[in-house]
Amino acid sequence: MKTLVVSRREILKGSLAVGAGLTLGFTRPLRGRAQTPGVFAPNQWLRIDRDGVVTITNSVPEMGQGSLTTTAMIIADELDAKLDSVKVEQAPANPALYKNPVTGAQSYGGSRGVRDHMEMWRKAAASAREMLKQAAANEWGVPVESLETEEGSVVHRPTGRRLQYGQLVDKAQALPVPQNPKLKTPDQFRYIGKVVKRRDTPDKVTGRGVYGIDVQVPGMLVGSIERCPVFGGKVQSFDATATKAIKGVKDVVQVSNGVAVVADNFWTALQGRRALKVTWDEGPTAQVSSAGITREYEAAAKQPGQVARNDGDVDKVLASGKVYEAVYQVPYLEHACMEPMNATAQVSRDSCVIWAPTQNPGGTQATAARLTGLAPEKVIVNTTLLGGGFGRRGEIDFIVDAVETSKAVGAPVKVMWTREDDITHGFYRPATYNVFRAALDANGMPSAWSTRVVGPGILIQKGRAQAGTIDPAAVEAVRNMPYDIPNLRIEWNNKDLGIPLGFWRSVGPSQNGFIIESFIDELAHAAGKDPFEYRRALLGKSPRHKAILELVAKRANWGAPMPAGQGRGIAVVFSYGSYAATVAEVSVAPDGAVKVNRLVCGIDAGIAVNPDAVRAQMEGGAVYALTAAYYGQITIDRGRVQQSNFHDYQMLRINEMPVVDVQILDSGEAPGGLGEPGVPTVAPAVTNAIFAATGKRVRKLPIDRNELKRA
Amino acid sequence: MISFTVNGKQRQVDVPPEMPLLWVIRESLHLTGTKYGCGIAVCGACTVHVDGTPIRSCVTPASAVGGRRVTTIEGLSERGDHPVQRAWTEVDVPQCGYCQSGQIMSAAALLARKPAPTDADIDDGMSGNICRCGTYQRIRAAIHRAAALKKGGA
Repeated sequence: MKTLVVSRREILKGSLAVGAGLTLGFTRPLRGRAQTPGVFAPNQWLRIDRDGVVTITNSVPEMGQGSLTTTAMIIADELDAKLDSVKVEQAPANPALYKNPVTGAQSYGGSRGVRDHMEMWRKAAASAREMLKQAAANEWGVPVESLETEEGSVVHRPTGRRLQYGQLVDKAQALPVPQNPKLKTPDQFRYIGKVVKRRDTPDKVTGRGVYGIDVQVPGMLVGSIERCPVFGGKVQSFDATATKAIKGVKDVVQVSNGVAVVADNFWTALQGRRALKVTWDEGPTAQVSSAGITREYEAAAKQPGQVARNDGDVDKVLASGKVYEAVYQVPYLEHACMEPMNATAQVSRDSCVIWAPTQNPGGTQATAARLTGLAPEKVIVNTTLLGGGFGRRGEIDFIVDAVETSKAVGAPVKVMWTREDDITHGFYRPATYNVFRAALDANGMPSAWSTRVVGPGILIQKGRAQAGTIDPAAVEAVRNMPYDIPNLRIEWNNKDLGIPLGFWRSVGPSQNGFIIESFIDELAHAAGKDPFEYRRALLGKSPRHKAILELVAKRANWGAPMPAGQGRGIAVVFSYGSYAATVAEVSVAPDGAVKVNRLVCGIDAGIAVNPDAVRAQMEGGAVYALTAAYYGQITIDRGRVQQSNFHDYQMLRINEMPVVDVQILDSGEAPGGLGEPGVPTVAPAVTNAIFAATGKRVRKLPIDRNELKRA
Repeated sequence: MISFTVNGKQRQVDVPPEMPLLWVIRESLHLTGTKYGCGIAVCGACTVHVDGTPIRSCVTPASAVGGRRVTTIEGLSERGDHPVQRAWTEVDVPQCGYCQSGQIMSAAALLARKPAPTDADIDDGMSGNICRCGTYQRIRAAIHRAAALKKGGA
């Protein structure tokens, strides 16, 4: 695989070659397109040389979801290239060419890899295939309709003639690019829908894969930054005398995020940090602690919020009978990518080259351009493999570290974070406090439902949504809850105490799926009804929710008796274009210890491009969610994060791993997301199963085993 | 100056004796397959073998390996075809892949000790290695597969 950083020279060469050779977007007019002799490059996504080598450009960073494989599958299928022999390159930052066509940014989150790009990539590949066929038709003097393609060749069946794509490169290059090529029908797919092995596995089982932290540039120094322990704090002054006395320390410079110690190697940079004396201006967040945040949330929960949805007349119905009430709370969470944050930058007078494990190459380029004063095209961004992303690597703080430090010391610098830096200086999934009130009709079905969500808005904090409006991320999977309830009100009360917020795998639905799917379960039990049947009865207007719910219930043999101390729980959530449902089978020991024995995880993502990659994402989503349900909790004391490493911010380990049985429902609908939709159903399925096993309702995450002890 | 064998080659490094082996491997010897994850021996990403025993290189001082035999992921097999690596490939274990060098080194050591590990043996031998992508189910399957490959004379 020739996608990874080897040396600066190679990358510079590679990036510039791509940038110069393919200057126009697929959907743009193609006049004036620069042509490289002997290379057929009808658009920025693929090129074919005279030897028939197909090179595909993957714009979606590889963070474990399998984009190097899936992108190649989609393009190779529609091109009718031989998948085994195509090459894949990672796109350089160049939003004009490689932006996501839906978001308009060269930044990747929201499980948007396949769902936003598939149609565009298929068209790009299909137009190339049509041009190759036309070139062969011209060569042979036969109608183009009489030709077929197969694995890298154009074939004329009546005469048995055949030309390899490589033989058609020069002729195809001269033809106009069809803008509305005919796409394959699903029965013609060669790779899409079939299990394909990941392209990156060989590199990842031999240690050859290059992540950001592995980048080596000639003359490179290594930096590490001492950061204010309090969010938003600033350097007041620092004394680097002792640091500079350490052999191997090259420089100490103040940067936006703290004081950077630059050394020959990381270990020395860390010794330098320990010797550093910094006086901080801690700022106002030093007054903020978790207990106070909860008190503020409780007070805000008594006040009406902005109304995100209001069907019927909730107050009237609630005033007329018994009201079921509950409060649900979830904590701040950190992403904890296995690869700590890092980036390498080489800033010079007229260029800036960056190597980074980033979900956001476009933002990286724009940020570096702003910091250096260079034009964006002078900033070259090489996206390495990412050692986990989960939303954390869409941020640009670690890019700022590298660019500012390199600029200050005048040498290429790799700035590396410790695990402690990572846990204490993240962008956290918001903690929220949620008040539910509901009434049931004579049949036990909800006649009124009110949810008041209290918490901060990620998009508003980041300036990506207007202050004073309803933050879409805060109410996602609440506002659009699928249950058919005549009187329904959703409110949101924005309470932002200044803790930095970020997009944590599945974002709003990560917590809102838990609260909605728990409270509907409470109502089912209050009504004396089966939680699966209860949901089913309320999903009349949501057939895809219903279908995936039924699939997992059937697979898990829902309703079959379970031994004492065990229980089953169920949940269904739509997020990122996909419908997911989970049945959890759980044991609770007398001492309150919870063991999840099995998760049946169903997904309707429309189409499963690579079914094994779908399974992997669902397995991974389940572990991410279960980790948070068991252990995940970031707490704040005087503006400081109290957790620091994996000993006190624990991760699920193999001995706690349940069997995960992934069920794929191929609905034939438009593609949905996969990275995130596996997360939101798992925590509520587990806590609903705990209720089934023990009669105890978990209304606060993480699960507190002490609360589940049987006397 | 500390002398030791890395992946069968004699190496000498001029580093402070307390420098963790992890950084010697990564930054002095440029063998970057071994990863940094926590620095406190709780995640397993830095696992290497010293005289055949799996250790956490992030807390092992360079001085402790003087005269000893260190194996990293790069030296586990010549062609990436150790039974564990083959099984990992068959099962398509890695997602982001960052933790997998450590997982594979732990799994190889487990199989050397227990050629036919039970699920409980796997829990014991592998619970020191964190995977944030959640590949545990595949790791378990791949270890059983590797045991079968090894038994088959691979």
